[in-house]
Amino acid sequence: MSNESLSPEYVRKVAKLSRLALSDEQVAKYGSQMSAVLGYMERLRELDLRDVEPMANVGGTTNRLDPDEPGKMLPNAALMKIAPETMPPFVKVPKVLGEGGGA
Amino acid sequence: MSADRIGPSLAAAERLQPTLNAFVQLFDAEKARNASSGSGPLVGTPVALKDNLCLSWGKTTCASNMLRHYESPYTATAVQKLLDAGAAVIGKTNLDEFAMGSSCENSCFGPTFNPWDTTRVPGGSSGGSAAAVAAGIVPLALGSDTGGSVRQPASHCGIVGVKPTYGRVSRYGLVAYASSLDQIGTLTPTVGEAAAALSVICGHDPLDTTSSREPVPDLVSALEQPVEGLRLAVPRQARNQANHPEVARVFEETIAEYRRLGATIVDVELPLLDHGIAAYYIVAPAEASSNLARFDGIRYGHRAALGPGEDLFDLYCKSRSEGFGPEVQRRIMLGTHVLSSGYYDAYYNTALKVRRRMKQDFDRIFADCQAVLMPASPSPAFKVGEKTSDPLAMYLEDVYTVTINLAGLPAMSIPAGFASVEGKQLPVGVQLVSPAFDEARMLRIARMFERATPWHTRRPA
Repeated sequence: MSNESLSPEYVRKVAKLSRLALSDEQVAKYGSQMSAVLGYMERLRELDLRDVEPMANVGGTTNRLDPDEPGKMLPNAALMKIAPETMPPFVKVPKVLGEGGGA
Repeated sequence: MSADRIGPSLAAAERLQPTLNAFVQLFDAEKARNASSGSGPLVGTPVALKDNLCLSWGKTTCASNMLRHYESPYTATAVQKLLDAGAAVIGKTNLDEFAMGSSCENSCFGPTFNPWDTTRVPGGSSGGSAAAVAAGIVPLALGSDTGGSVRQPASHCGIVGVKPTYGRVSRYGLVAYASSLDQIGTLTPTVGEAAAALSVICGHDPLDTTSSREPVPDLVSALEQPVEGLRLAVPRQARNQANHPEVARVFEETIAEYRRLGATIVDVELPLLDHGIAAYYIVAPAEASSNLARFDGIRYGHRAALGPGEDLFDLYCKSRSEGFGPEVQRRIMLGTHVLSSGYYDAYYNTALKVRRRMKQDFDRIFADCQAVLMPASPSPAFKVGEKTSDPLAMYLEDVYTVTINLAGLPAMSIPAGFASVEGKQLPVGVQLVSPAFDEARMLRIARMFERATPWHTRRPA
């Protein structure tokens, strides 16, 4: 953790990982707001947490498996109705393979 | 046959909409009646739903341009249970976009206003639900509480807001924000109405793998029975905080009232209370960044128009930048940052350790006490626009509520008095926190106070 404010380059990198396209103005604004929030989080460093196990979920439940039986599914037509661009029974997307595939 | 309550409720909603902006959508009375089972414990009860709860008719927008035109093909389990119990859904209420906020101002439909003072926020993120109940439009609204989003608006609007134990109510059909913290809750004028609604919506659901199999006891019939030998914990840190003086006064008067009712007040330590915000604003954005990755402009939600030469990656980025408002973008980026390699241990893993310690602190208190009493919010409702430019100041609103979600405990806000601020009387709530799955006793403890005080009977002019 660091008190330093995030550089515009770093904010752009995080934005790209977040799949967000930001203007220069947004980069500056979010950068300083995020720096303030991350600075506030410094207080967690005061704590001695050496012997504490992380807890991601209060339930403490492990994976629960359902019986491998077909259940009720949403019909394809219902999903086509909410998709932005379709060629039923498919959803249309720009070219996936090659440059810019986003993979 | 009892008098129709659906028509008058819709009429009130429409009349107050220009003043409060509590709703993002209202249904017609016939649709509301027809969609209800027409019988059951909540028969004829008009209810409002926070618009992050899926309903198989109308729109489910999350107050986001991303889902502005989204029509859910299915209904949330908790909502279906209300319909099966005879309730009628009259409309969907405003919220902070994707439930991210503490003021109900981060909405693509504009802010909701507090019925007690329309220059002030109703709290958030379930602000529309709280305003609708406080204004007398509906006797029950559902909200969701990830870090206080039911309890804080309930406090600011002078009503009862209950966040059940994590896993008590199915999250199936609740649009996910932070899945290990999210829980559906109730907003009602009184404790009794909360108990009746919770009796309906609690319980196991095979469609939510984190839904608990713990049996749900009768929440209603024992409600009037006071808790004998009640030991109520008051954290020292909740008194030493920089509370608004009027909140501090109401809190001390509440403690005195419980003492008068025979409770033993036990001073306890909640050493990590001040670290709750820091831990929460790591864990919640981390989970949000992952949950909201699904909104990519492909299968549903907003899809941006592509220019020449733009590709699939641009489609993701443009759709998300156009669809999400600033607070959602900020939290996604915060979450992405704290989970990124090199920072994971310093932030996310540290927050998860703090989370365990918080849970242990509560366990220690509950070995000796039946509930914890603390403020629901450090201040009464603030002015619209007062905190919108400073996200950190807004986050600090949640100091008393976020810790409870991290620990997965049930908690509720109850009306406890009024703050005199700039010549206005603003409601102030206090919060009760109970051991996991102990909602029945928590409601009884709340009812003891409610029966002895007039605060829940006051309504805005």
